[in-house]
Amino acid sequence: MAVTVEPRRAAAPMGKRRTLRQREARLGVWLMSPTLVIVVVIVIIPLLWSVLISFQRLRLIDVGTAPLFQPLTLANYERVLGSGAFWASLVVTFVYTVGSVVLAISLGVLVAIALRRPFRGRTFVRAAMLLPYVAPVVAVTFIWRTMLNPQFGIVNVFGQRFLGWERPIPFLSQARGEVSLFGLEIPVPTALLTVIVFEGWRYFPFAFLFLMARLEAMSYEPEEAALVDGATPWQNFWHIVFPQLVPIIALLAMLRTIWTFNEFDDIFLLTGGAAGTGVASVKIYTFLTVQRNVGTAAAQSVLMALVLVVLLAVYLLILRRRGEKA
Amino acid sequence: MSTSTASRPSTPVVAPEPRRKPPLTWDRAQRRGFGILRWVVIVGFLLATLVPFYYMALLSVKPIDALLQDPGSLWVSPSEFTLQTYVNVLTSTANGGQGFGTFLANSGMVALASVALALLIGIPGAYAIARLPFFGRRQVSGIFLAAYLFPAILMAIPLFVGFTRIGLRGSLVGLVIVYTAQTVPVAIYMLRNYFETVPESVEEAAMVDGLTRLGVLRKISLPLAMPSIMSTGLFVFMIAWNEFLFALLFLVDRRERWTVSLGLSQLSGSVEVPTTVLMAGSVVLTLPIIIIFFATERLLTGGLTAGAEK
Repeated sequence: MAVTVEPRRAAAPMGKRRTLRQREARLGVWLMSPTLVIVVVIVIIPLLWSVLISFQRLRLIDVGTAPLFQPLTLANYERVLGSGAFWASLVVTFVYTVGSVVLAISLGVLVAIALRRPFRGRTFVRAAMLLPYVAPVVAVTFIWRTMLNPQFGIVNVFGQRFLGWERPIPFLSQARGEVSLFGLEIPVPTALLTVIVFEGWRYFPFAFLFLMARLEAMSYEPEEAALVDGATPWQNFWHIVFPQLVPIIALLAMLRTIWTFNEFDDIFLLTGGAAGTGVASVKIYTFLTVQRNVGTAAAQSVLMALVLVVLLAVYLLILRRRGEKA
Repeated sequence: MSTSTASRPSTPVVAPEPRRKPPLTWDRAQRRGFGILRWVVIVGFLLATLVPFYYMALLSVKPIDALLQDPGSLWVSPSEFTLQTYVNVLTSTANGGQGFGTFLANSGMVALASVALALLIGIPGAYAIARLPFFGRRQVSGIFLAAYLFPAILMAIPLFVGFTRIGLRGSLVGLVIVYTAQTVPVAIYMLRNYFETVPESVEEAAMVDGLTRLGVLRKISLPLAMPSIMSTGLFVFMIAWNEFLFALLFLVDRRERWTVSLGLSQLSGSVEVPTTVLMAGSVVLTLPIIIIFFATERLLTGGLTAGAEK
């Protein structure tokens, strides 16, 4: 490898030749540069540009022609913050995120524990458990929509045939349903619950995958010792296994919160954001394509990102506090 | 119950317990209960994960009339069995079909190109982060992570605007660029873990023998990291194949460029195409992923969770 000589660089000791370490550092930057270029151009710059657009009046029709720098305005933010729709979608997003994350992780823990000890066919079962996560989102949402279809969907057919439902339940198009429990009519957000269950189904494999990896690396010794000392299976799980899973659960909770909070595909494909499932990202998409207001859409996404950052900061703070106490 | 069991730890381990016909204590009942519960969970989840896919395959080989007449049927009778749905869905629109053949080609090209680019860019990057002491090496991962906190749609708006201006929006190339940018950080994360496990002494020995750093990367690290590169490539393929939002934003008004995901989502919104035909489309969309996944499950999940065991 020819060492290029740059006489202007006085930093290099020994005059002309660079040290091995400097050459390596230089090569590192070179090897890294394609990644940096593509991430900066396709991710970082658009993010910053998005913030800029959120302060401009930009409509979809003008996208091709409008100058990059226009007078800045707060009108978009006033519009978003002043409309009840933003706050309503924020509430829906919260409920959806918390419900989905808790459900997905709990199911993941349950399955990971159940599959912990080897048995015949475990490899197959393990792979099958991961199917909802790896299958294309468009296909699985279409299957769910068909299964839940009020006319010919298998769930409603079986529900009426075996579970005594009086009429089919419009799982994905009903904002409020009523469930009678002990004679009480309890209102439930049908469609929102359905999409949360869908999220639990689709993402428990992700939690399961990481929990399983942790469980497999875990030693059986402390549990066996506890067994000898007479601990019951539940005590074993609660006092020995679960505490070892807590760090990975905390990490999973954070990752899943970020991703669910920003989730677009699942809800858009299941309900289109109708029937009380209008989470923020779907609303932003509507701003962009139906109202064709790019500026407002950008303002709302920036606000969403801010909310998420605040949430994560609080979460990390709580974790740190906990860590200090322990 | 906990008091009685928790107060026992002082019992010497060697104490011979009466093993024959032990009474049904709370402990034993719990043990048996959990044993049963475990199988209930396994069977329940197997049903929950497999039935939807079975339902998809089932509906894809039925005529729509059969489905509407007996929607509760969980199998297909030989007289009803048809593959006409697949013929319909794969035939081009010019010949009266749904044109999924073209969509398959589009998806395949986009996914393969994304894999090639992501690996081409990600391998050197991952190696640099794993081995070379350049300025900002520690910070790079943090910056990537921070960028991925933001909703994809936030990124999508300017990309939509920018790509419209430079004429990349309606093209598959634009899609490949976006998918590459989205997957490179994941690829780097997966590959870096692997490069770090290659003993540094091996590389140093090779350098003493006269190889340059690039030579080491090409002749030593790359061959050693092949399994990891494979799993990373498969992972990128699956992300690109399954992606929906950007395909929707960039290609929605260009039917001849639709990916399978986009095609299925667009057609399932209309009432003209029978559900059973669309189910055949779902199978066409899902099958490549399922095949890849079952063939390489260990490799794939190992690559993804490497480092999570600690």
